[in-house]
Amino acid sequence: MGAIFEREFKSYFKSITGYVFVAFVLLFAGIYTVAVNLFGGVANFEYVFGNMSIVYLLGIPVLSMRCFAEERGSKTDQLLYALPMGMTKIVLGKYLAMLAVLALPLLVLCIYPLILSLFGSVYFLTAYSSIFAYFLLGAALISGGMFFSSLTENQIIAAVMTLVAVLLNYYGAALASLLPATAFASFMAFSIIILIVGLVIGFITKNVIFGSGAFLVLEGILTGLYLWKQAAFESLFLTVMQETCLFNRLYTFINGTFDITAVVLYLAVIVVFVYLTEQSLEKRRWS
Amino acid sequence: MIEVKNLTKKYGDHTAVKNLSFTVESGTIYGFLGPNGAGKSTTMNILTGCLSATEGEVLINGHDIFEDAIEAKKCIGYLPEQPPLYLDMTPLEYLSFVAKAKGLSKAEREDQIVEVMQVTGIEKVAHRLMKHLSKGYRQRVGIAQALLGNPEIIILDEPTVGLDPMQIIEIRELITKLGKNHTVILSSHILSEVSAVCSHIMIISKGELVASDTPKNLEAMFQGTSTLRLTIKGTEAQAKEIADSIDAIDSTLCRPGEDGQTYVQYKSHADRDFREEVFFAYAQRQIPILAMSIKHVSLEDVFLQVTQEDKTAKEVPVQEENHAEETKTQAEPEESTAVGGEEA
Repeated sequence: MGAIFEREFKSYFKSITGYVFVAFVLLFAGIYTVAVNLFGGVANFEYVFGNMSIVYLLGIPVLSMRCFAEERGSKTDQLLYALPMGMTKIVLGKYLAMLAVLALPLLVLCIYPLILSLFGSVYFLTAYSSIFAYFLLGAALISGGMFFSSLTENQIIAAVMTLVAVLLNYYGAALASLLPATAFASFMAFSIIILIVGLVIGFITKNVIFGSGAFLVLEGILTGLYLWKQAAFESLFLTVMQETCLFNRLYTFINGTFDITAVVLYLAVIVVFVYLTEQSLEKRRWS
Repeated sequence: MIEVKNLTKKYGDHTAVKNLSFTVESGTIYGFLGPNGAGKSTTMNILTGCLSATEGEVLINGHDIFEDAIEAKKCIGYLPEQPPLYLDMTPLEYLSFVAKAKGLSKAEREDQIVEVMQVTGIEKVAHRLMKHLSKGYRQRVGIAQALLGNPEIIILDEPTVGLDPMQIIEIRELITKLGKNHTVILSSHILSEVSAVCSHIMIISKGELVASDTPKNLEAMFQGTSTLRLTIKGTEAQAKEIADSIDAIDSTLCRPGEDGQTYVQYKSHADRDFREEVFFAYAQRQIPILAMSIKHVSLEDVFLQVTQEDKTAKEVPVQEENHAEETKTQAEPEESTAVGGEEA
């Protein structure tokens, strides 16, 4: 695992990707520190992160797209498969390398509250827990990006899939609030999600029967639930989208609450996607 | 030692490898020979754990490649068809990475990297980025990578594809050198390559093992038919009459040519060379022989025969090959192939 981590981490800084990502995060953090803290005259560094979601929308797909797609494109994945090393270690090595790249600019940001404390009273706990939450949010999004990267050998496709997923997660709640609050609207929205899941499964397994089977089963369960407890479906979609929106959770930390459930949600997302990535790579061995 | 039992690999409806069983003994260079798409790479990918099998068992030194993958993989060094190189690294960095990933200790790493770079002759380019290296050097780095960890078995998938003739010779010498301390399995669709370096050949066709023996035995197995082709200034009847007078000739085929010439083909299962007998028989009857050539069964024929074999028409491919060969050397009209066809 150490070897994979080391190679992967270095390779980010052999190409321009690592530098661009770090510079991108620092640039935006700098702009907002100047705008919010210096011009605004407040010492609350956590407010900066309220504006930093945009960095992840663009930065995460760029960071994670090459992870496995590049290996597959250049056929170096054969080396990984032939190594006397478990697939979990390979996936974790790569994942931790991306986290390390993400951590670099955030470690620099850890100095900012100290600087600000020279000019006003900084809430250190809130500031650092916001940095921590921002890191966890990034870690969760990267795990998703890594999974999408393991699905294809084309980095651009991986980046676009990640971008769409991140955008949907970011705007999901806002979009869902546009829907009528009726139970039927929720039902239809869930059906569309299930359709997308079915398509993704079909695409991954390259098996029409499997994809449509998954769609039919899930849709059947959904229809059953809908018929059984129609009332519960009222504005359910909005609630679900709000609850699963990873970006929303960040604001709890910024507002000064250390939200354990959010930490658990982020960690759960990471575990799920690391597992799915591993399965997607193992699956390729079986194709 | 590798034991492969009833290995089958299906891609959807397509069966790439069909019920393959063989054993690879230690200390020999094995050649895996077959036309493109015969299932060579698939088999090698399964042996090295890069691919799963639909059915069957692979034991590497007693370790099951599917159940006990990590132990099994430690016994194998693998060079896939396309060397799996990170082009943004130098060979030295790359080998350090692979050595570390294979779990070698720091001291082992340093020793072995120096050693494999020496064996493969890449010391000179150790500090150049691999994207600037030639195909030959990349192939060597790929082999060096396979040698790290000192695995007992080295598997090379088409190691000389895309190299120039000089590089091919160098890589072959390297493989021969490796064969002294390792069990080597290499695949190729080029017969001369396999017969040059391997002491055991396995011929695979359409996913099935069709022959497995030493190059010599393989030739001997299919030996015994030689074809003598003549161009005479005479008639078919005369050619047949002479054939009857010589025991060694089993069958005769004739086809009239221009200007009273006849193309004759004698087939024999005899061990002895009967060209002199034929010559004197014709000389006695004062029939001029304008051209004469003999063709023994070569490894090439064995390869073509076993890989193209249509079980109903066993002899056809060899004959076609013979004819094609002679068409080139004797500059005969193309229809000569038809003679073989008629007989079949």
